[in-house]
Amino acid sequence: MSFFNYIDQFNAIDINGFCSSVTARKVESILSRDTITEMDFLALLSDEADKYLENIAQKARLYTCRNFGKVVKIFTPMYISNLCENVCAYCSFARHHSIVRRHLSFDEICAEGQKIRETGIRHLLVLTGEAPGKASVEYIRTAVTILREYFSSVSIEVYPLTQSGYKEVIDAGADGLTIYQETYNRELYTRLHSGGPKGDYIFRIEAPDRACKEGIRAVTVGALFGLYEWRYEAFFTALHAAYLQKKYPSVEVSVSFPRLRPLVGDFTSEHILSDRQFVRILTALRLFLPSVGITVSTRESEALRNAVLPMGVTKMSAGVSTAVGGHSGNASTSQFEIADCRDVEKMCSDLISMGYQPVMHDWNNSYVL
Amino acid sequence: MNDELVIAGRTITSRLITGSGKYRDDRIIKDVLRAAECDVITVALRRIDFDQPQENMLNYIPEGKILLPNTSGARNADEAVRIARLAREMGCGDWIKIEVIKDQKFLLPDNWETVRATEILAKEGFVVLPYMSPDLSIARRLVDAGASAVMPLGAPIGSNRGLQTRSLLEILISEIELPIIVDAGIGCPSDAAEAMEMGAAAVLLNTAIASSDDPVAMAEAFKYAVKAGRIAYKSGMASQSYMANASSPLTGFLDS
Amino acid sequence: MNINITVNGLVQQYTDGLTISELLKSKELNALRVVVEVNKEIVKREKFDEYRLSEGDCVEVLRFVGGG
Repeated sequence: MSFFNYIDQFNAIDINGFCSSVTARKVESILSRDTITEMDFLALLSDEADKYLENIAQKARLYTCRNFGKVVKIFTPMYISNLCENVCAYCSFARHHSIVRRHLSFDEICAEGQKIRETGIRHLLVLTGEAPGKASVEYIRTAVTILREYFSSVSIEVYPLTQSGYKEVIDAGADGLTIYQETYNRELYTRLHSGGPKGDYIFRIEAPDRACKEGIRAVTVGALFGLYEWRYEAFFTALHAAYLQKKYPSVEVSVSFPRLRPLVGDFTSEHILSDRQFVRILTALRLFLPSVGITVSTRESEALRNAVLPMGVTKMSAGVSTAVGGHSGNASTSQFEIADCRDVEKMCSDLISMGYQPVMHDWNNSYVL
Repeated sequence: MNDELVIAGRTITSRLITGSGKYRDDRIIKDVLRAAECDVITVALRRIDFDQPQENMLNYIPEGKILLPNTSGARNADEAVRIARLAREMGCGDWIKIEVIKDQKFLLPDNWETVRATEILAKEGFVVLPYMSPDLSIARRLVDAGASAVMPLGAPIGSNRGLQTRSLLEILISEIELPIIVDAGIGCPSDAAEAMEMGAAAVLLNTAIASSDDPVAMAEAFKYAVKAGRIAYKSGMASQSYMANASSPLTGFLDS
Repeated sequence: MNINITVNGLVQQYTDGLTISELLKSKELNALRVVVEVNKEIVKREKFDEYRLSEGDCVEVLRFVGGG
């Protein structure tokens, strides 16, 4: 069964009700165990568990050290096209926004790739908006083929593809997929995506399943925190990651918790995630899924990224631009404002001074025949 | 709520599965089974001894028990399949414990041959319970092959040193959807309780009862141990308390 | 006329055309408590009365014993 069918059993769950029933004894019991369940994870997000945050964080650090050592993988995103047919209420790239749109030619992709490579980056995340007419599967596939010459690992963060679409892109050398459900709340999802193909909730939520079936090596999932209740999104994100780890045991699963950032448009949120809540989700997740990767992007400030690093972070971006062509000049509008502007060199030296080893080259797809 | 074990659609109330081998005197088996209150009992298949033609294990097993013949003696999948088909021909059901042991030094099962045999026999409608060395990827293959449960060993046969494969058993219990029945390595009732506390669906043991000074009493002890372990597992045990090492607080920055 | 048959590894002489049922009876065996294989093929219990053994047949007669 796909993830969409799997979560059916949780759809009636009263998250706030459950959390308010969590006692101190329950939290202590959870903290004393080596492995915890998804309901234990949710209990760690309760008000009662908030009092134990330092304990939870300490244990999360221990688990992270055990599973990952003191190592952080470095990557950077490359936006190659911000053409988009969707109307997403919370995104700068929504089709009705008059922003600078760019769609890189293959020569421009080479140039951008070269510029990024010179900074030392070897792991790349390629992003597009959803404009299958122009940023087609073939376009993405070709971009991947080109960029594989510059980077040892190329992941994609694009609109949901069909299974055969993923196969094409994976055969071209893409070894990772990042795709955020934005919100796991189906009703809200439909309202937020009032135009364009992104309105198909099921097609998106099952995208990781399709990619895994085609042999993708790594998958990152998550929600955009700030759209809906934080406990709800955290719970379903955790369920999604756990499901993928169990169902596709050979896939490296990671999670990210992107928070809404200032952007073009007038979208306002009632569910802004506080720093404390961010930390609570991250540490609880580390205890629930000790071997899952956790990525923190440059939506977060330098200070916060540094502070949460020991609690569970395994991958960070550096030298980031969220504009198309942002590295080689003549850039488009950015997708969101970046809060951590450290370049690769600064990021690496900061990590080293904090006692971590930045890893630029962790995996090379050429090992796969 | 009923905490029954269901294997291939058949409900079993006792989570203690006993073997029928190695008894000083087979006649005691009836009393052992009564003391153990088990539902499932393993047997083996061998040539008739023409000097004692009336001696038959079926004489000692009460009505209503589920027989679980094993394929002991098989050194590869083909031999296991042959024994299984013969066992089914006895007419006592179609459950089979696949036991393929090529290694004569440690008597460790051959996992690959076990998967092969499971595939063939599951297709023929057997209820297959494969005995294996705990290995998560093999266990997954057994699930795909159609096994009705997975039976990882708790320790090498005869080691009598408790559940040596503990961490691997925990992984199987957590990751595999089928009942996990710990087989081999259970030397005393506390081992059985431990396996059940971990979340095993059942335990299978033979030597610990058969070779004790008082098998009937030992069977009763195991019965209690299995029940106790299961109840403990279901109630969620309190573990050792976790000591937070607050030498360098991590979340202080949130208060600033 | 007699034939040579191997039964459980032992070659012995039996009457030609002996049925499985007759073989079992001669050994004081209860047909319901054994399984029979001839030349590596299982003989179904309902065929015990009909199945006639011939020269060189290799018969296995098995029953359940104690096992773990």
